[in-house]
Amino acid sequence: MMCASVKYSSRGPALIPRMKTKHRIYYITLFSVVLLGLIATGMFQFWPHSIESSTEWTLDRRSVHDAPLVKLPVSSPIPERGDLSCRMHTCFDVYRCGYNPKNRIKVYIYPLQRFVDEVGVPISSTGLSREYNDLLSAISDSDFYTDDVTRACLFVPSIDVLNQNSLRIRETAQALAMLPRWDKGMNHLLFNMLPGGPPDYNTALDVPRDRALLAGGGFSTWTYRQGYDVSIPVYSPLSAEVDLPEKQPGPRRFFILSSQTAIHREYRIQLERLKEENGEALLLLDKCSNLSQGVASARKRCYKGQVYDYPQILQESSFCVVLRGARLGQATLSDVLQAGCVPVIMADSYILPFSEVLDWKRASVVIPEEKLPEMYTILKSIPHRQVEEMQRQARWFWDAYFRSMKAIGLTTLQIINDRIYPYAARTYEQWNNPPVVKWSSVNSPLFLPLIPPRSPGFTAVVLTYDRVESLFRVITEISKVPSLAKLLVVWNNQNKSPPEESLWPKVAVPLKVVRTKENKLSNRFFPFDEIETEAVLAIDDDIIMLTSDELQFGYEVWREFPDRLVGYPGRLHLWDHEMGKWKYESEWTNEVSMVLTGAAFYHKYFNHLYTYKMPGDIKNWVDAHMNCEDIAMNFLVANITGKAPIKVTPRKKFKCPECTAIDGLSLDQTHMVERSECINKFASVFGTMPLKVVEHRADPVLYKDDFPEKLKSFPNIGSL
Amino acid sequence: MQARKKYVLLGLCTCCWLLLFYWGGLQERLLSFLTRRQGEVVRPWPDWLDRALLPGYAENAELQDGGGGGEPPRQRRQAWASIYKDSRCRMDTCFDFGRCRARDGFRVYVYPPEKNERVSESYRKILASVAESRYYTSDPREACLFVLGIDTLDRDQLSTQFVQNVDEKIRGYPLWNDGRNHVIFNLYSGTWPNYTEDLGFNVGQAILAKASLNTEHFRPGFDVSIPLFSKDHPQKGGERGWLLRNTVPPRRKYLLMFKGKRYLTGIGSDTRNALHHIHNGKDIVSLTTCKHGKDWEKHKDARCDHDNQEYERFDYQELLHNSTFCLVPRGRRLGSFRFLESLQAACIPVLLSNGWELPFSDVIQWNQAVIEGDERLLLQVPSTVRAVGVDRVLALRQRTQMLWEAYFSSVDKIVLTTLEIIKDRVYAHISRNKFMWNSLPGGLVVLPEYSTHLAHYPFYYLSLGISPGQEFTAVIHATSPLVSQSQPIMKLLQVVSKSKYCSQIIILWNSEKPPPHRSKWPPMPVPLVVTDGRRKTSSRFLPHVSIDTEAVLSLDEDTVLLTSEVNFAFHVWQSFPERIVGYPPRSHFWDPVKKIWGYTSKWTNEFSIVLTGAAFYHRYYHYLFSHYLPPSLRALVDRTSNCEDILMNFLVSSVTHLPPIKVAQRKQYKEMPGPQSTNMAPWATPEHFNQRQDCVNTFASWFGYMPLVHSQLRLDPVLFKDHVSVLRKKYKDLERA
Repeated sequence: MMCASVKYSSRGPALIPRMKTKHRIYYITLFSVVLLGLIATGMFQFWPHSIESSTEWTLDRRSVHDAPLVKLPVSSPIPERGDLSCRMHTCFDVYRCGYNPKNRIKVYIYPLQRFVDEVGVPISSTGLSREYNDLLSAISDSDFYTDDVTRACLFVPSIDVLNQNSLRIRETAQALAMLPRWDKGMNHLLFNMLPGGPPDYNTALDVPRDRALLAGGGFSTWTYRQGYDVSIPVYSPLSAEVDLPEKQPGPRRFFILSSQTAIHREYRIQLERLKEENGEALLLLDKCSNLSQGVASARKRCYKGQVYDYPQILQESSFCVVLRGARLGQATLSDVLQAGCVPVIMADSYILPFSEVLDWKRASVVIPEEKLPEMYTILKSIPHRQVEEMQRQARWFWDAYFRSMKAIGLTTLQIINDRIYPYAARTYEQWNNPPVVKWSSVNSPLFLPLIPPRSPGFTAVVLTYDRVESLFRVITEISKVPSLAKLLVVWNNQNKSPPEESLWPKVAVPLKVVRTKENKLSNRFFPFDEIETEAVLAIDDDIIMLTSDELQFGYEVWREFPDRLVGYPGRLHLWDHEMGKWKYESEWTNEVSMVLTGAAFYHKYFNHLYTYKMPGDIKNWVDAHMNCEDIAMNFLVANITGKAPIKVTPRKKFKCPECTAIDGLSLDQTHMVERSECINKFASVFGTMPLKVVEHRADPVLYKDDFPEKLKSFPNIGSL
Repeated sequence: MQARKKYVLLGLCTCCWLLLFYWGGLQERLLSFLTRRQGEVVRPWPDWLDRALLPGYAENAELQDGGGGGEPPRQRRQAWASIYKDSRCRMDTCFDFGRCRARDGFRVYVYPPEKNERVSESYRKILASVAESRYYTSDPREACLFVLGIDTLDRDQLSTQFVQNVDEKIRGYPLWNDGRNHVIFNLYSGTWPNYTEDLGFNVGQAILAKASLNTEHFRPGFDVSIPLFSKDHPQKGGERGWLLRNTVPPRRKYLLMFKGKRYLTGIGSDTRNALHHIHNGKDIVSLTTCKHGKDWEKHKDARCDHDNQEYERFDYQELLHNSTFCLVPRGRRLGSFRFLESLQAACIPVLLSNGWELPFSDVIQWNQAVIEGDERLLLQVPSTVRAVGVDRVLALRQRTQMLWEAYFSSVDKIVLTTLEIIKDRVYAHISRNKFMWNSLPGGLVVLPEYSTHLAHYPFYYLSLGISPGQEFTAVIHATSPLVSQSQPIMKLLQVVSKSKYCSQIIILWNSEKPPPHRSKWPPMPVPLVVTDGRRKTSSRFLPHVSIDTEAVLSLDEDTVLLTSEVNFAFHVWQSFPERIVGYPPRSHFWDPVKKIWGYTSKWTNEFSIVLTGAAFYHRYYHYLFSHYLPPSLRALVDRTSNCEDILMNFLVSSVTHLPPIKVAQRKQYKEMPGPQSTNMAPWATPEHFNQRQDCVNTFASWFGYMPLVHSQLRLDPVLFKDHVSVLRKKYKDLERA
């Protein structure tokens, strides 16, 4: 190719001198025309784009005041008032959200416009507020956001309606109706924190809004459309101003604190009566009357001339009163939660923030207004430990759902998302458990207390490499166990074929040989389709010393503990104080924290977990080291169930490397070191030590009892 | 030649030109694509230059100053009561809390049945459940809640069970008070063709406990949505769920199934008419039939014959057993029998019933047990359920069973759940939280009066990530007077107090004689409390306030134990804090000849009871024993001075669904109906034994089923009776004969 072009160009110049001058001029003109044309085309192609892209870039550094001005004609339509009967299935167009593999709704934000009426007066006295701007940027930075209006499931207007007081109701409504995709408010979401206005303070935004969803900050049970609206907190700007470090839960200087100002006289009298009765336990603060100029009165509270810092003082009390004012939603709630003080909410009919998903009973005390005089008695009846848990829970709610406009906005969207994709909804635990509980608690995947029937039996999975003789003995032994349903031999030797079918021992149950592709230890824990029973007996090809009674009994024990590993030889992990790390123990100890999977019953589900859900690189590590697959399995099961394994039946002489010590032969030191290393490695991958230590093992009820052996179900147990 | 060159060059130029245009065009597209990408990287909501100058949404003063002026709160509350009535009822405005302040608190009164009025089977069961519950009162003056004697379950005017003139009858009730504090149970409302939610009489301010409630009419926090149940639904006990094992992979033969009626016209026909679309005859079986009602052939459409034929090919029970998911579409009304059927069958319900307020939605987190579909998105259902992963199927399926057994398996449970939900509202600050309602063993056996703190219950340790306490309280049941220092109780006190886990000992004095002076008791390293048991056998399980540890060691005065036995059992209890951990076992069995339950104290290979003469358990069971069980059963125990241990085992097993734990013990008790002898202890007589057998049957009939579960194992110390040096063994004492 290169050659060809060189050849061609060498021929080219030779052509020109032979031309006549007339022709040359002609050609030069032609070329210039072509060249000019090319340049012109280039200019035409590129010029407009550079202009466009530059506007894109500058868009980001603009002032709010550059937003386009939109004039509302007096006669422009007003939406209808919110329809109280609206629910997701009647007023929400679910087709817009569609089925998507991520189960995530798409949210579109309208570009900012400044709406003014015909004489040029804006519809809102504040315009875009800092809080609403934060909210919208948070949404636009989140996974929910889309800039494609046609793909959006939810629309968020950029008209700020957080505070109804700053709005002109009629004009705001008209502005909403002018939004290009308004369509009777379908799938539109409005955020409002301060609804209503004097004198009667409605509990929902008064702006007519058709079918739009409302995320409102002061709903009462009569305005809240359950399952449609979202109840949100009233954001407290102090959250951003003041940094209150988390305080350890525990007893505080005061028992009850009231920090709100301008509490209704009727309540104030009742509170003062409570204070008279209970003295120092209560602290009733009010606005400071004699503060010097320049001190922010929002940050100070007073009691009888004594000045306290607000909100810091909230951290000094176990309970903090949050009374309704003219509105149901109070910003104080946010301050109180931030301080880790348990809110005592007295606001009849108030729908608590995010009550659709948050369990407020674990973070607050709700008392009917009428029972204010009984507050002290009610709070005193709560156990101390519960108060501490509530303090922790309160702070966690603030951290996760109250602390910023971003948290509030994204929580709202997540709640709506959970309604649209209920099968992918976040669980109670995800919403309500603080990280420390999430970390230490377990939610076992096999949580239902079931004792599975004996009838389907178990599948024995024998891992073998080439010890055919021993394997056949194991098979013959196991086949005597009454509940054996199937035998599965995992042939882990790629260089050698399993013996011919005719050579295998004749057994009454189906026997199946699976050949593996690689000699990996993890093959023994693969959830083979051939395993049709719940119960799996993992057994090595040299475990010939277990009697049929012992195996059958092991299966019976597993039935009573189907979520645990039930095995024969037990092992223990210990903390080595000198070395400052974990140590593996195989000596005959009084305790057990692991059972070897050389002979153990367990649920097939754990095969699935081991193969697909093993954390970190443990699985590869085990395969690379050809060791510790049993320790890994013990870690996995203990971590997900929080339970110890069950060791069954008495001591046996097992043929395994580490048992040789007891047999009086040489101790395989390196093996022990390797096993200890495994424990330390796994503990660091799991980030914790999940193994549980117990002192018991399971024996038949009449084991070693003075009772005729022939009447015992499992007589042949424990014989060496 | 020249001309040819000219044309070639001209052609080349044109090509160049065209190429340029093409290239330019491509560039244009590329460019616009690039800028778009940049547009996404750049924040779509601008980072305003003057962000810092934006005003706050409200002044601090406005936020902190609640505006306390205005209407006085008391006046406002009174005004509410007159505004928010009837369809806008809430507990605050339509419920008289004053009625529930009586000494006994929450009491429910049932009106006597109307004369000459037939009551349907289902309503009879509901009334029986209320009357048997611990909240029942026969005195309307102390009642907090009232249940009508008139059968209001079926309000379909075309039904034979429809009761006429309810309005008139209700007006005759002197306590009706416009329905305040009344609960009205209803399963069917409205009739062909619209099936409205109107009950045909004025319910006023009564709480509706109604099936098929619509979210729009549901008064949140006031009404209770109940499930639709058939007249064959058992009164108590109830069948267990069908899930026997958690197979892996959890998918069954069919992925999704439905078999039911198709309505050709009228309400509910839209959804059911479309169901055949998702039928694929392989893993999704969705069958409808037109054959129902008298004149179905009149409305018959083109699909009917084909559908009816396909319908006959599959058996409903077979499908129910072998399907992973079950469609539960609305019928004429929002709820259908399918719901409870699939819940019991562990076939994960896929709901297609828009606007249905799910049963007990106040407290149950349904999205953890069912797939809430949308009637509008029927065609998405197959892909939705296909996308549900292994772990989620396992979890959903187990949760169907948990909910079924906790709240739905009998009329008793449905009625009690309804009452408990209302009670939780009345005493809001002593109520269950959502976690208690939604985790095992379910809200009905969690009594918030005991504690509202999760860690005080034996069930939640693992989910809270905590472990049970390190100490126990020994409660010794003493019936014989103290006459000598060599009595067994003296030895027992020594043994127990030596345990390092023992924090205190309580002697429950149940003897004829008054308790001896303090100085008669031996000095001990732990506090000793003597309380009066008033000579009632059931008093041994009273929730004494002085028990401040989670673990209780219950002891008879003549129990012979070693300190190491106590220590070992306590260790075992810490692994099984929700069960009874004890020493001597007993067993029950079904006697097929006499058709009764039998009780045996013989040595057997399995057991289902451990005697509470020496057993560890959580102190919460004291509370349950004294407050959850009916007085009649406790009276039986007191009358016979017997069976309290059997009753305790029944109680704990009914809560856990698991057997007790037996641990190793050096000595064996015997309780045999042996030959008569003059010096026999009272517990060894044949009468005593027969009494126990009767107890087992009485208890089983109260529970409505046999809660006891057999176990075949005993937990021994790890080196128990192993051929290892005794010096190595921690619990060597246990092996001495």
